[in-house]
Amino acid sequence: MAKISIDGIQYEVNAANNLLQECLSQGLDLPYFCWHPCMGSVGACRQCAVKQYRDADDTKGTLVMACMTPITDGGIYSIQDSQAVDFRSHVIESLMISHPHDCPVCEEGGECHLQDMTQMSGHNYRRYDFQKVTHRNQNLGPFLNHEMNRCIACYRCVRFYGDYAGGSDLVALASHHHVYFGRHEEGTLENEFSGNLVEVCPTGVFTDKTFSAHYSRKWDLQTAPSICSGCGVGCNTSPGERYGSLRRIVNRYHHDINGYFLCDRGRFGYDANNSPQRVTEPVFAQARINGNSEASAHKSMTALEAARQFEAMTGGEVIGIGSPRASLESNIALLQRVGAENFYPGLSDGELACVREVLLLLREPGLHCPDIRGLEQCDCVLLVDEDLSNTSARMALALRQATRNAATAMATAARIPPWQDAAVRELAQHERSPLIILSPQGTRLDDVASDTFLGTVAQQIRLLNAISRCLDPHFDAPVESPELVARAETIAGALVQATRPCLVSGISAQSPALIQATANVARALRIRRKGETESPVDLCFAMPEANTLGLALLAEGSANTLSAALSRLAQGKADAAIVLENDLFRRAPAAQVNAALAGQLPLVVLDHLHNAFNAHARLLLPAASPAESNGSWVNYEARAQSAYRVFAPKEPLRASYEWLTPADPVQLPLIGSEEILAQFASAHPGFAALRKLLTQREGLSAVMKSPRQLPRYSGRTAMQADKHVHEYRQTLDPQSPLSFSMEGVPLQKDSSLLSVAWAPGWNSNQAISKFQQEINGELQQGCKGVHLLTRDGVDASYTQTAQLSEKTLSPYFISHLFGGEEISAEAAAIQARASGPYACIDDKRARELGVNQHGRIAVHAGELSVTLPVLIRQRIAPGGIGIYCAGELDRFTLAQELRVEAVAEEPDMLLRSREMFRHLLINDSWQGRNGA
Amino acid sequence: MLRLIKDTLISQVVTLWKVFLHAFDKTDTVEYPDVKPQMFSRWRGRIILSRDPDGEERCVACNLCAVACPVDCIALQKAEDEEGRWYPEFFRINFSRCIMCGFCEEACPTHAIQLTPDFEMAEYVRQDMVWEKEDLLISGTGKYHDYNFYRIAGKKIGGKDKGEARNEAVPVNVRSLLP
Repeated sequence: MAKISIDGIQYEVNAANNLLQECLSQGLDLPYFCWHPCMGSVGACRQCAVKQYRDADDTKGTLVMACMTPITDGGIYSIQDSQAVDFRSHVIESLMISHPHDCPVCEEGGECHLQDMTQMSGHNYRRYDFQKVTHRNQNLGPFLNHEMNRCIACYRCVRFYGDYAGGSDLVALASHHHVYFGRHEEGTLENEFSGNLVEVCPTGVFTDKTFSAHYSRKWDLQTAPSICSGCGVGCNTSPGERYGSLRRIVNRYHHDINGYFLCDRGRFGYDANNSPQRVTEPVFAQARINGNSEASAHKSMTALEAARQFEAMTGGEVIGIGSPRASLESNIALLQRVGAENFYPGLSDGELACVREVLLLLREPGLHCPDIRGLEQCDCVLLVDEDLSNTSARMALALRQATRNAATAMATAARIPPWQDAAVRELAQHERSPLIILSPQGTRLDDVASDTFLGTVAQQIRLLNAISRCLDPHFDAPVESPELVARAETIAGALVQATRPCLVSGISAQSPALIQATANVARALRIRRKGETESPVDLCFAMPEANTLGLALLAEGSANTLSAALSRLAQGKADAAIVLENDLFRRAPAAQVNAALAGQLPLVVLDHLHNAFNAHARLLLPAASPAESNGSWVNYEARAQSAYRVFAPKEPLRASYEWLTPADPVQLPLIGSEEILAQFASAHPGFAALRKLLTQREGLSAVMKSPRQLPRYSGRTAMQADKHVHEYRQTLDPQSPLSFSMEGVPLQKDSSLLSVAWAPGWNSNQAISKFQQEINGELQQGCKGVHLLTRDGVDASYTQTAQLSEKTLSPYFISHLFGGEEISAEAAAIQARASGPYACIDDKRARELGVNQHGRIAVHAGELSVTLPVLIRQRIAPGGIGIYCAGELDRFTLAQELRVEAVAEEPDMLLRSREMFRHLLINDSWQGRNGA
Repeated sequence: MLRLIKDTLISQVVTLWKVFLHAFDKTDTVEYPDVKPQMFSRWRGRIILSRDPDGEERCVACNLCAVACPVDCIALQKAEDEEGRWYPEFFRINFSRCIMCGFCEEACPTHAIQLTPDFEMAEYVRQDMVWEKEDLLISGTGKYHDYNFYRIAGKKIGGKDKGEARNEAVPVNVRSLLP
């Protein structure tokens, strides 16, 4: 801590930071552009000039850039000094010289950092009479608009995109006042974090193209604190609604999880909410009852009729199948409706086995599950099998930052403060902390990896066992080849040398043996470190869906599996079945699901999108989407977080838990999510922690709600006037502490439910600094979520891992960020980046088969035969074959032994596959520092 | 007693006399609607949406009128044509809420929304006071004849390329090495 004086007022500040950051931490308004809380300082824009005085006698002072000025104890500074104010007003005037006078037609308008800073610096009228520099724009793909005229050359975009997120296709071109930020040639921005440019860019150069297609100003959007349901990380989001449709998602700061950045699946996947595939009304398939196969006999009904039908159909013993993509409340409601013995987690058997292993590991003392910020602080990471960039992309971004810890350490040794971004990068050059990747194919993290091992799951397990043995000689592992042992020794050495080593894996491979082998390495590492340090070893597993862990926790203690449920259905050993928000064709072999459907039990499905499975439902109930319903989600660390509905769904949509809780549907209000949680938490001691998620408000906030709308929300008396000139009553929300209006406790008084960051004078998302305890610190108020698991398990010794056979040809399954997840795949922009199913093989196998790049092969497994376009990659496990299912292929049948043969090429098919592979953006040029 | 007479009775007699004299004054009443009053051009009456000198819609759906409106009676939705020009997909004013304050006109950066001297806006049915873009859009420029927002703003639209707006240089060739 240091004591400094700014404009005659004494402040206690953190001496490790720069002056700008500390000014903002103290709540002072100082304009800036190039500095970003997560990316440090480069001193490019000259906007944050302040006066620095030598001592109390110095009356003249010197102008310094606050972002480049380290804090000195006893320092005297002035923001208000007239020379500093004058300097800043001239800087902004020159930055605005070529600004194109197009705020009214700019998507950034109203939440523009440049507008805010211009106001703050007091620049009003343009005095420069000469010509403005103009630029041509590029088409940057389905996510982003490009409008280069608005650029002020702060370099934040390339610093984020290149330095922070590791992208290589956004660069600064040309020089002096011609400088241009774009691609070498027009095309889609490849990086999976490109969407963050919308928030990183202080002006409107990069704006959200999907938002622009149904644009609303920030002040007109109704927002609520929400949780991304795209994967198991649990990033905090602020979705915005206008006129009954979801318009966009922006980042909502969470200190431990997403920080300032979201991945593109999370940011652009929201459009599935507005998809034509939405289930908008109850569908009752009369045809199935009458034995008539005419699909047109579907009868639509009102919510009340549907609820009655639902009650009538689900008497007696009912099988309930839960869902990892439904909220905790919906799953609880189903569990309570059908009873624990009839509740089946809707995870595939392989996934369930893996998640059960993970749950044990999350309870095991001596291990620690790092949050995303924790991952960023690890100085050696062993990433096992999971293709994080395509499954839990935010974790991949964190690992990319973790590799920078070597640079930070070098800088600290050289007495360079870590926020001196350019200096630290210059010093470190390509020096990185070790990141070791074990994977069946090249990944998008390979460019920062210190070592990559390409191997099938069986080969990876062998290597992991060898590492465990290197770490702890007592570990019982089979003798391996000297090459593998040498490799294992290098990796073990890196893990031992690190002060905070971390192991990261996932359940995509659906292999419990892999999880056990990874855990064994963590245990061996802990034994090795004993004596040196008692700190637990970091070990975490990425979860594929937003509530995978929550669902597994609910079903813990029961031996029910999905295949058991399906065989019960097939044999008709129940009176009816309820399937909650789940496409079972993605969870079990098609033959098994079809057999279950042939059982002819009354099947009720609740879902918000039509899919292959719910087309078979006798009654399909329209469920509210995550943005339209309250709910809690349990992320990969078993952290439960609450999401609040952004807007009330249109009749007859209901949240799944509302459908599932037997109540008179006419009598409002329906059951609230908090009521379900509270009841469940008091009945189940294991879930007692959930109580902390419930609304606890004091003082003014206890009697008033928090508004979902900003104070300037417009058009209230005209929005629906075309339907009826008398205004409709504001939708009430008795279930949550938020209201569907602009009245309530202002954000500045109570930010415990921070729907969206806004502060007077700070209209952009960078207003978040006004809600943090200090810059990059915790939020002042609000619930960070609660951990549902404590380290109370047994201190397990090593688990024996099953040896997998390497003889048969079984594929590994590829994941893709775009299209790989069921719900976001329905968003139009995501679809534009997604590909269909394909197979991935290496050169050797391609030659054997006689197939060319983008040609086609036929894959036979059991009774399934499919023809797939082929991607021949250099970086793929020797002898491996990868298959991307795209949600269309039956993964479970393909996981058996495969037979592959070439198919004759047709020119038009070749063209089509080439077109499909264009967006995959697979880069095999990285060989890793140590070779592969 | 005398004082009471002086204070009340005389005053009333004087008032009666003055009222009587007004019978011979020139009348101020206008026989509306047979005689239409002459309004000032800056009178804040019925709101219209104008067109630019090229005959295109001036409104760019920036939403500033809606946010400035103290009674929130303006609602609109932005749309964009293939060549980048913004326009309102719908533009609705609920005149039964409008207080004719003129803030929308002040806020409008393109001179699209203007208040006119027309005050005859009564309706028998309140629903008829909700006006859509088709009702609001006139074919002329209204009070401001010359202003064309897109000729000044640097956004490319159909018929106006980059570098063709006022005070703009031709687009930079990023591959050029010249200073």
